[in-house]
Amino acid sequence: MTTRLPVQPNEVIDRSKPLTFTWNGKKMRGFEGDTIVSAILANGEHVISRSMKYHRPRGVLTADFWDPNTSVQVGDEPNVRAAHRHLVSGMAVSAQNVWPSLKYDAKAASGLVGRFLTAGFYYKTFMKPAKMWPTYERVLARFAPGGKVDLDTPHGYHDKRYAHPDVVVAGGGPAGIAAAIEAARAGASVILVEHEHALGGHLRWGSNDDGDALAGLLAEAESAGVEILTDSTVTGRYEDNWLAIAQRNHPVAVERLIKARAKVLVVAPGLIERPYVFAGNDLPGVMTSGAVRRLITMYAIKPGTRAVVLTANESGDTAIDELEGAGIEVVKVIDARTGASVTKAIGSKSRVKAVTCSDDSIVDADLLVTATGWTAPTSLLNMSGDRPVYDPSVARFFADSPPDNVLTTGGIAGDGTRHELIAHGRSTGALAASRAVVARHRIQAATARAVAVDGSEPTYPDDTRTPLGRDPHPELFRSTSHGMVDFSEDISSKDIFGAAAEGFDSVELLKRFTTATMGPSQGKLETVNTVALLAEARGETISEVGTTVWRPPYAPIALGALAGRVFEPVRLSSIQPWHEANGSTPILAGQWVRPEHYGDPQQEVRNTRANVGITDVTPLGKLDLQGPDVAKLLSQLYTNKWMQLAVGSVRYGIMCAEDGVVLDDGVTGRLGDDHYLMTTTSSGAGGVWNWIENWLQTEHPEWQVHVTPVTTGLTSINVAGPRSRELMSRLVGDDIDLDPDAFRYMQVRTGTIAGVKDCVVWRIGFTGELSFEIHVPSGHGLHVWKTLLEQGESLGVAPFGLEAQRIMRLEKGHFIVGQDTDGLSKAPTTGMIGLLKLDKDDWAGKPEVTWALEGDYPRIVAIQPTDPSIVPEEACQILRDGTKEIVGRITSSRFSPTLDRAVCLGQVTAEFADPGTTLTVQLVNGERITARVMEHHAHFDPEGERLRG
Amino acid sequence: MLLVPCPHCGPRNASDMSYGGEPHSRPDPNTTSPEEWRTYLYLRDNKSGWITENWYCSSGCRKHFKLERHTLTGELRNPPLPGNKTGGHK
Repeated sequence: MTTRLPVQPNEVIDRSKPLTFTWNGKKMRGFEGDTIVSAILANGEHVISRSMKYHRPRGVLTADFWDPNTSVQVGDEPNVRAAHRHLVSGMAVSAQNVWPSLKYDAKAASGLVGRFLTAGFYYKTFMKPAKMWPTYERVLARFAPGGKVDLDTPHGYHDKRYAHPDVVVAGGGPAGIAAAIEAARAGASVILVEHEHALGGHLRWGSNDDGDALAGLLAEAESAGVEILTDSTVTGRYEDNWLAIAQRNHPVAVERLIKARAKVLVVAPGLIERPYVFAGNDLPGVMTSGAVRRLITMYAIKPGTRAVVLTANESGDTAIDELEGAGIEVVKVIDARTGASVTKAIGSKSRVKAVTCSDDSIVDADLLVTATGWTAPTSLLNMSGDRPVYDPSVARFFADSPPDNVLTTGGIAGDGTRHELIAHGRSTGALAASRAVVARHRIQAATARAVAVDGSEPTYPDDTRTPLGRDPHPELFRSTSHGMVDFSEDISSKDIFGAAAEGFDSVELLKRFTTATMGPSQGKLETVNTVALLAEARGETISEVGTTVWRPPYAPIALGALAGRVFEPVRLSSIQPWHEANGSTPILAGQWVRPEHYGDPQQEVRNTRANVGITDVTPLGKLDLQGPDVAKLLSQLYTNKWMQLAVGSVRYGIMCAEDGVVLDDGVTGRLGDDHYLMTTTSSGAGGVWNWIENWLQTEHPEWQVHVTPVTTGLTSINVAGPRSRELMSRLVGDDIDLDPDAFRYMQVRTGTIAGVKDCVVWRIGFTGELSFEIHVPSGHGLHVWKTLLEQGESLGVAPFGLEAQRIMRLEKGHFIVGQDTDGLSKAPTTGMIGLLKLDKDDWAGKPEVTWALEGDYPRIVAIQPTDPSIVPEEACQILRDGTKEIVGRITSSRFSPTLDRAVCLGQVTAEFADPGTTLTVQLVNGERITARVMEHHAHFDPEGERLRG
Repeated sequence: MLLVPCPHCGPRNASDMSYGGEPHSRPDPNTTSPEEWRTYLYLRDNKSGWITENWYCSSGCRKHFKLERHTLTGELRNPPLPGNKTGGHK
C-alpha cells in the first residue's frame, strides 16, 4: 500500500526516475530525490528502527538529519542517517539493533528489560567484583546498539582541502543565502555551507511564494559568485575562526574535510523543532510539525490518515492546512497557547491509535503532530566562546556576546517574516564583508613585505543592523505525564528526575550520568528538554540551571575524512633510481626511502669486510656551518672540546639536551678556517638545526654563525672495506692525496672525485673498516655512485644496504641514538665517559651530566648470548636471575656473519654492567637464556686496527 | 587553531610554529644547584592572564620571537617594541 500523494508543487522527487532498493530484504521502489526514509514510508512501512535500550519500535520523528529513530544499515555501511541520505538504486537497507527482526524483536519483551535499565544502571550493576569485568564486557557488548562494521570493507578515498575565505556562512536558509549574496557582492570570497541537500531551509517546505523567493535568492547567489557547498556541515569552530567543514557530497572523495580559515563566520543554522515530552511520545506516528510538513511538501508522503495536532506556533498552524490538503483528516486541534495539551499517546502494536488530551477526552488517531517550540542550535557560538542566554518569553536561547568575527542571522538571531529574515541576512553579509576587509588589512600590515600596505587601516565597522524581533512563545517541555527525553539514548523524563533526586543535579553531571544528549543527535533535540526537566526537578528556572556546552563536532564526521590525505613528503636520494633498478628492497626510514638490502645482507657484510662495499648514506643529516664563532657553537653543543680542531680534521661528538639526555651524535669536520660541515643522525637532522638556531638566537645572538641545512644538497656515499683506498685512488683527482700518512683516520679533504669538484671526503668508519665517506653535490651523486661500481669491479665492489650497515655497526658496538638510548638515557649511559669534558666551561646539559656521573646510571654494554645461535629480539628484557625484576633490556641484536654468532647491545643497571657478568635474558616466548657482558662495546676488532689501516 | 603573529611572516597557523614556552634565564651551569637547574628545566609560573612566551617560526622564517598570550582568552599580541609603549597590533 503506497502512501505516495499526487504531485505536490514543491516536491523534490523526480517521478520520471524510479529506483529500486531492498528494505530488510523486501524489494521496494522509490524515486530519485527520495531519502531512504521517504522511500520506505512511500512503501507503506512506518517502523524504521528499534530503540537502543528498550528495543521499542520507532518511526519518523523529525524526518531530517537529526531524526534519532532512523539510523539504518546500508550494505556494509552502518549508522546511516536514513532521513537525510538520498536513496540510490540498488541499496540494500536493513534495520539495525534488531533480533530476530524489526517486527518481532526479542529484547522488546521489554517493559521487562525497562525496569532494570534506568539511568546509572550500568554504573551500579557492573562495578564489582572487578574480576568479572571481562564477562560483563562480553554480555554488554551484545546489547550495544548500532550497525555492523564490515572489516573487509575496502578503504574509501577521503580528502582534505585548505581554504582561506573572507566569509563562511554556516547555514543556507533565507537569511544565510542573503548574507552570502551581500558579502560576495561587497567583494568578499564567500563559502556558503548548507547541511541539507539543497539551499533554502524552511522555504523548501513553505508556500509557493516561499518557493519563488528561494528561486530568486539562488539566482542571486549564483551571479554573486558565492561558493555553495550543500550536504556539508560546518562541524567545528576553533580559535581565530579555524573551521572544520565536513563535505559529504564531494564527487570523488567519500567525504572531504575542509579546513577553512575564515575572517568572519556567519552563524545561520536556523532553528530545530523540539519534541514534546509525554507518555507514548516515542510511538511511531508521533511527529513534529516539521516532519509532516517536509514529508508532505517535499516527498509527497501521506504520513497518516487521522491526525491530532498540538500546536503552539505558526508551523503547527500551517501543518493543519497541509495535512488537510494531503487528504488527512485532522480530527482534533489542541492549541497549546491556551494551556491545553496532550497527556498520552496510546499505541496499538507499533503505531499510535488514540490520543488522550488534557481535557481527558480520548480521540482515535494514527498521527499526532506536535509543534511545541524551537531549539536554537548554538553549537558554533559555544565553540566561539559565547555562552548563550535563555529568554523565557521566547522559550529558547540567544547569543550573548560572540566575538567580533562571529555574526548571527536567521532564526538563531530572532524571528521575522521571510522579508525580515532576508533583510537581516543581507545586512549581516554586508557587515561580515566590511569586517573581513579590516581583517585582511591587518594580516597584510602584520606581514613583512617589500611593498607597503595601501592606505591606513579602515575603520572597524560597528554593528548597526536592525535586530530581528522575538516572537513570544509559551514554554512547553513536558506534559503532566512522563515520556522520552532522549530518543537515541532511551532516556525518559523519569530518569532525569531520578538522577536529580540521587544528587546528579548539576546539568553537566546529569548529562554524563544519564547520557542524555550524548547520543547520535548530540543534543540537538534533547538538550533544552533535559535542562528544562532538571529545572523542574530543582524547582528553578532554566537560566538558573544553565546549559551544557556544545562542542565539536556539530555533525558527525567520518574518521576517514579526519585522516584524509596524508601530506607527509617522501625523500629520495639522487641514487634511488639506481637502487630501484638493481633489486633493492626499499624501507621507509623516517621520511626517507632507503635500500634495506639488495638480496642478501649477510653476503653484503662479508663482501665489505673482505673486499670493498659502497652504501648510500644520503639521509645522514648535514649542516654547513660558517662564521668566526662556529667553534664556540660546537663547544656549546657537544660534550667534548672543539676549540683546537685543526683544519682538515674531523671529530666525533655527542650532544645533550639541557636535561643531560643524549640528543644526537655525529661527526663534524673543519673544512676551512671559518667553515665546518656537521653531520647528524638521519632522524635528528631537523631537530639539531632547530637546536642550533635556538642557541644562536636566544642565548648567544652575539655569535657570528650561519647555518645552512645541506642534507639533500649533498649525496653521501660510504666506501668501506680493506680495498676502499685502492678504489678511491681510481676516482680522486690530484687535489686529494690518499697516502695513509697524508690522509689519516679522522681527517677530511675537499677535492675532485670522479671529475666532480667540491666534494668532501672524510676518513671515518661506522662499519669498522678502512673507509671514506664522500659528500658530492647531489646532481652528481648518481654519476659518482656508478663510477665507483665501474672502477671497483676488479676489486669486488658491491653495494650494501641499511641492514648490512646496521649489522656492521653492531659488530663494532656503535650505539644509535634513539635505538640504544631513549628519552631517559643521559650521556654517561653511552659509556663515552672520555668525551664528557667537565673541565670545559659550558655545554648543553653539563650540570645534569655532572650529577649523573656522581650516581648510578644505566650502562650500554655489549652482550653475547651463551648459545651463539640465539638472537634475542630487540626489547627483550634482562632479568635478575630467578626473579621477575627487570634490570635491563636488549636494545640491538643481529646475527653477525663476521663472528658467526649472535651479537647485541643492551642497557643494564650498573650492578650488571661489569665485563664477564652473566645476564638472564627473557625471550619473547617466555624462555630464559643466559648471556655475557663483554669487555668492549666492539664485538669485532676492538682495537680498531682495520679502520686505522 | 591559533593564528600566531610572526613578526616577519604575519599571522600563521600555530602548527607552522614551535612553542617555546615561557622564557626563563639559564643559570650558570658551573655554580647552579639541582633545585635551581630543574626549576629552569621544568617549572613554569602557568599563571592566569597575560604571559610572555617564546615561539619559533619553524616552518617559516625560522626566527625565534616573543609573544604575549592571554591564557584565559587565547588572545595573542606582539609585545611592545622598543620606543612603542602601546604594544604591537593584535
